[in-house]
Amino acid sequence: MIVPTFTLRHLGDHCLSLDFGDTILVETGLICLAVAEKIRHACLPGVTDVVPSYTSVAVHYHAEPLTGLPNFQALSEGLAALIKSGLAPATHAQRTIDIPVCYGGEHGPDLTDVAKITGLTEQQVVQMHSAPGSMVFMLGFAPGHPYIGIHDPLFALPRRDVPRTVVPAGSVAIANRQSTIYPTRLPGGWHILGATPLKLFDLARPQPTLLLPGDQIRFIPISPEEFDRLAAKQNQVSS
Amino acid sequence: MSMVILKPGMLSTFQDLGRIGQQHLGVSVAGAMDLRAHQLANLLVGNDPELATLEITLTGPTIRFTKPCCLALCGADLSATLNGQPLALNRPIVVRAKDELRFGVRQHGTRAYLAVHGGFALTPVLGSTSTYLRSAMGGWQGRALRRDDEIPLLRPLKNKALEELAMDLWSFKIYLPGALAESHQSVVRLIKGQQWDEFTPESCAALLTESYRISPDSERMGYRLQGAPLLMTTPRQMISEGTTFGTLQVPAGGQPIILMADRQTTGGYPKMAYVASIDLPRLAQMGPGDRVSFKAISLELAQALDLFRAQAFATLAQTLQPVRTLLHNH
Repeated sequence: MIVPTFTLRHLGDHCLSLDFGDTILVETGLICLAVAEKIRHACLPGVTDVVPSYTSVAVHYHAEPLTGLPNFQALSEGLAALIKSGLAPATHAQRTIDIPVCYGGEHGPDLTDVAKITGLTEQQVVQMHSAPGSMVFMLGFAPGHPYIGIHDPLFALPRRDVPRTVVPAGSVAIANRQSTIYPTRLPGGWHILGATPLKLFDLARPQPTLLLPGDQIRFIPISPEEFDRLAAKQNQVSS
Repeated sequence: MSMVILKPGMLSTFQDLGRIGQQHLGVSVAGAMDLRAHQLANLLVGNDPELATLEITLTGPTIRFTKPCCLALCGADLSATLNGQPLALNRPIVVRAKDELRFGVRQHGTRAYLAVHGGFALTPVLGSTSTYLRSAMGGWQGRALRRDDEIPLLRPLKNKALEELAMDLWSFKIYLPGALAESHQSVVRLIKGQQWDEFTPESCAALLTESYRISPDSERMGYRLQGAPLLMTTPRQMISEGTTFGTLQVPAGGQPIILMADRQTTGGYPKMAYVASIDLPRLAQMGPGDRVSFKAISLELAQALDLFRAQAFATLAQTLQPVRTLLHNH
């Protein structure tokens, strides 16, 4: 069992945050996921949402009219006690998800630029991006929208100066040593390396998000032909 | 069918208490912008607060009822009329088949809430009937109402003894305690966040003394404010974290944004303060062009005020028990 150190602060009168660090690290991410899981399983009265992110866990709550509980004070104490009772050592989740990605060309309009900025060849960018060891830290921004990391420092690119008003669904993009995959057409300022034919969010599935926090990700390079074939198959499944 | 939309109005969407327990999947909470008015409308027609109401924005719809039902309208005063006669807000009203509900000039407020006894026939998506427009999710086909939509009601009233019911309901005296009444004030109370001290003293002073104008592109996702810029002493990048209804965040330009019902679940802007839940309804009833000013209160006071309102709701629910019984036995 491990007992992580943390600090606690309010995020208004209906939410508090447990903070486990101030740097994006896999170890910290895993602690956040383990804490979120532990809080969720504890089924604390009045807790409505438990939202892990890179270095913190937001706990949303709602007081009972009769007792006024939980309030910030009481919930802080309850959560501190829960965490101090210890966590199972943080390990990578069991799930590994393969994400087929067609890099470059019309699916990856920024691959050439990224190669230029990083001083790599396009092939090397693809190789580094599809190297094993990526994890989903959190979902946010839009339903099923993952934040995946943490990539090689060479991929520490700031966002594009001018964000695109429309990024196609399935686009795989990088910024600040992280990847994301756009679940639907959205505006976005990350550098688009390629696209996956998989659906990241589909209400027709029992678990609508393809990915969950803690999932290991393997990006698998595919050809444009393979992309088209898989995309057609995806559409058959959902119709 | 029981409710036909003759005109949709500017933005009419079904909303409930929100899509709770899905934020870790990136799914926004949505739900009523003015939860006070939403809950009140439900209470007045004998519903539980979880049922969806129709959130009506600025320009109301025209609705024809094809079956009798009991409705209540709360929140903004948009000059509602029933068959041309002014419709009383904040009380249960019996409507008959072929009655027409219309809206006129905005008197005050931005959002009105229409509840009907028994609720609307909507399919829950991820546990909620709230409409989330960005993902075309929930409510009525994931979208705002359109002309010729026909919305079934789950519990229309029977024609038998309808007049007696109408009389009984009309004679029932309803007193709204102050904690539940519509507010016309423009002061919104907030709680300072951890990053408050990272803003310049001038910025902190400005937020609490100047007024801010709600910009035209403010909507269910967030209110953009225009006024004295709020600047950090040493600007720094934040790591994305969970957000809340009422988070006052400050992008680089210094013009704050208050996150509202359709907010994204996570965000990485500096967060200066959080609107106290007690005043979120007040803010939700303000609209583009309105000016808002802020006052800081402690977290403890914010939680006490929030609890006070929740208790006022519980008391009102008891007082309204006869109304609930009348409607359920009809």
